[in-house]
Amino acid sequence: MPPEPLNLLWLQSGGCGGCTLSLLNAEHPHLFTHLEDAGIRLLWHPSLSQASGSEALDILAACAEGRERLDILCVEGSVMTGPHGTGRFHMLSGTGRPMMSWVLDLAVRARHVLAVGSCAAFGGITASGGNPGGAMGLQFDGEHPGGLLGAGFRAGGGLPVINVAGCPTHPGWVLDTLLALALERFSGTDLDPLQRPRFYADHLVHHGCPRNEFYEFKASAEKASDQGCMMENMGCKGTQAHADCNTRLWNGSGSCLRGGYACVSCTEPRFEEPGHPFAETPKVAGIPIGLPTDMPKAWFVALAALSKSATPKRVRENAVADHAVVTPAVKKTGLK
Amino acid sequence: MTTRILGPFNRVEGDLEVHLDIADGKVAAARVNSPLYRGFEQMLPGKAPLDALVIVPRICGICSVAQSAAAAAALRDFMGLAPPPNGLLAEHLVTACENLADHLSHFYLFFMPDFARPVYQDRPWFPAVATRFQAVSGSAANDMLPARAEFMHLMGLMAGKWPHTLSLQPGGSARPLEHSEILRLITLLRGFRRFLERHVFGDALEAVAGLDNLAALANWRQGRVGDLSLFLNVAEDLGLDRLGRAGDRFLSHGAYDLFPAGVWDGDNAPLDPAAIVEDVSHAWMAGEALPPARGMTQPLPDKADAYTWCKAPRYGGQVVETGALARQMVAGHPLIREWVAAKGGSVTARVLARLLELAIVVPEMERWAKALTPGEPWCHHAELPDEGVGIGLVEAARGSLGHWLAVRHGRIANYQIIAPTTWNFSPRDAGGVPGALEQALAGMAVDADDPMPVAVQHVVRSFDPCMVCTVH
Repeated sequence: MPPEPLNLLWLQSGGCGGCTLSLLNAEHPHLFTHLEDAGIRLLWHPSLSQASGSEALDILAACAEGRERLDILCVEGSVMTGPHGTGRFHMLSGTGRPMMSWVLDLAVRARHVLAVGSCAAFGGITASGGNPGGAMGLQFDGEHPGGLLGAGFRAGGGLPVINVAGCPTHPGWVLDTLLALALERFSGTDLDPLQRPRFYADHLVHHGCPRNEFYEFKASAEKASDQGCMMENMGCKGTQAHADCNTRLWNGSGSCLRGGYACVSCTEPRFEEPGHPFAETPKVAGIPIGLPTDMPKAWFVALAALSKSATPKRVRENAVADHAVVTPAVKKTGLK
Repeated sequence: MTTRILGPFNRVEGDLEVHLDIADGKVAAARVNSPLYRGFEQMLPGKAPLDALVIVPRICGICSVAQSAAAAAALRDFMGLAPPPNGLLAEHLVTACENLADHLSHFYLFFMPDFARPVYQDRPWFPAVATRFQAVSGSAANDMLPARAEFMHLMGLMAGKWPHTLSLQPGGSARPLEHSEILRLITLLRGFRRFLERHVFGDALEAVAGLDNLAALANWRQGRVGDLSLFLNVAEDLGLDRLGRAGDRFLSHGAYDLFPAGVWDGDNAPLDPAAIVEDVSHAWMAGEALPPARGMTQPLPDKADAYTWCKAPRYGGQVVETGALARQMVAGHPLIREWVAAKGGSVTARVLARLLELAIVVPEMERWAKALTPGEPWCHHAELPDEGVGIGLVEAARGSLGHWLAVRHGRIANYQIIAPTTWNFSPRDAGGVPGALEQALAGMAVDADDPMPVAVQHVVRSFDPCMVCTVH
């Protein structure tokens, strides 16, 4: 007899719903088959389930009161604590209660708690610009542990909140996490220091970037639609941001860098307030202050100077064009 | 008189609460509450102008590209830029991709599952509809989800990812395509056409787009196998063409250089953005009614007589409806014009207009893709002025979206947003006039003992609401 499916409840609060919409991009198999194959049953999802109004509230109440087993609680969007800690910026409709109270009641009943997206994990874009709504994450407020549930929170299964950070999340990040939980192949050592699943957070966005030849020679883009490396001028944080975007790929063949624009490090806490315009690289004495992760500054400066002086004409000219104006030479003697 | 509070309304993209006063088996009055406030208009002042391109798409995960396009358009207006032909075509393709994918999500995932409810089990169409459209487990999802995801490969190709791209820029697109990539684009559009013709329509897109009067539609439906036909059978049986009429005054900002901008009030008038004012009398907001160019957003949670975070935009003082039905009324689609002239706006008319757009726009996308020219520019560039204003008016799947930008000393000084559902789900204004959904619900028959009347849900979802955009 197959094991009883895991019950998954999904809540949305101070976010855009984009992590759910991104989940609909799942392929081979599609979302519903994927969940079924993983042995996960959607108790209720605000965008996908039939149950509305009192039907939905009955499900939430049953979970909160322990009458229904809650294996996985996914929260998408930040917790809205404002104004003044009352949570009135999001009262769950039909209940007259702040969503943050519902999240508190449900999280203590859940075997696993997932913060889906950077809003639920850290506050995210909803905490931008002075954070008018009092947005915070489930177990972090920006980079600071705490959040709504407190740094000491552990779900019934023993893990802290699993921060599937990203803005939005890649469907694979969410589904791989759920499948690993369902297969009981996920433990505390699978989380990085920011509680993100290491299977994607132990990579850098830079890995697999198709602009790598431009990066190697520091042949830099200067304006939108240029082909060159976007680290030096365009604000790209791909060499620092933790995610596997350029090896996993989005919507078939994409990633931010492949889409012609900078990585804004959306899997990191406080990405929403970088302290500089998103599309400009902050520099001191002409050198980007955000160096590639694990790269000593002196080495970077020396290598950059050397590689700039050795940049082939093809790479230099293509870097500031919107198509290949110089094509690779065809060797007449065969490749060796 | 009894009052019912309905919520949560799921399958509406965000959270929604509706208060109904019920008397003599009818809705005496409806009040619509958008219960989530995040404060994007408070976050943006002080930021660098181009930062809007990162922040505003994240208002909404389902209208993300529309928000990008509106921000790019506002910045374009502010900078005095015009994109090159490739850039404009790229913007059409990316925005149309989102809008059409949203039409599919609405029809298959949000709207149709309500007809699989047990309350309809005695209807003759029920077995077929329940098998096909049951939420999560229905057979339609097996056809629609893979087709939608493959269609969204357009985003991987042209916008990096979806949602939340930065490829749409004031000067055009940051993502030039090579020759072979354009071939892939044409191929994936053909795949999407095949899905639509096989499953949604059971006919060629051109034949559906060409249905130009009620008699032609009635004739076309005879024996037609497809999801549109299935819906029309249900709609006819349940009288959905007599349900959910609002004021029949329609607004469109115009889209893709294909559907013109305008306002329909028995006749078409040109769009005048200066006629737009946001009333705040029943919103938990401080201040007074202001045009969005001078608008302000200051929450006032204890305000008397307020019942929502949503402001009440009005056009020339009037309530207007926006969405696919409005877009096609303003554009003069002959079938839609005849339908509304004969029966008025309704649940059926809104859903039909949405599906017709799939048939009209996909062939246009094929034309745009073939017109892309590798090697020609994709993006123009200009210095950012230190001071100035800009307006960006676009169409999201669910209607008219506007951004009003003001820049002073090189920083955003004010940023105001009116989203489609801000129009449709607006509260009463200072004159006590209800918003479009509130009007559409008033007078409809409901069972006062039913905790969540399904007909109310049909009306609400027929607008394809996006609650996260509504208040932002």
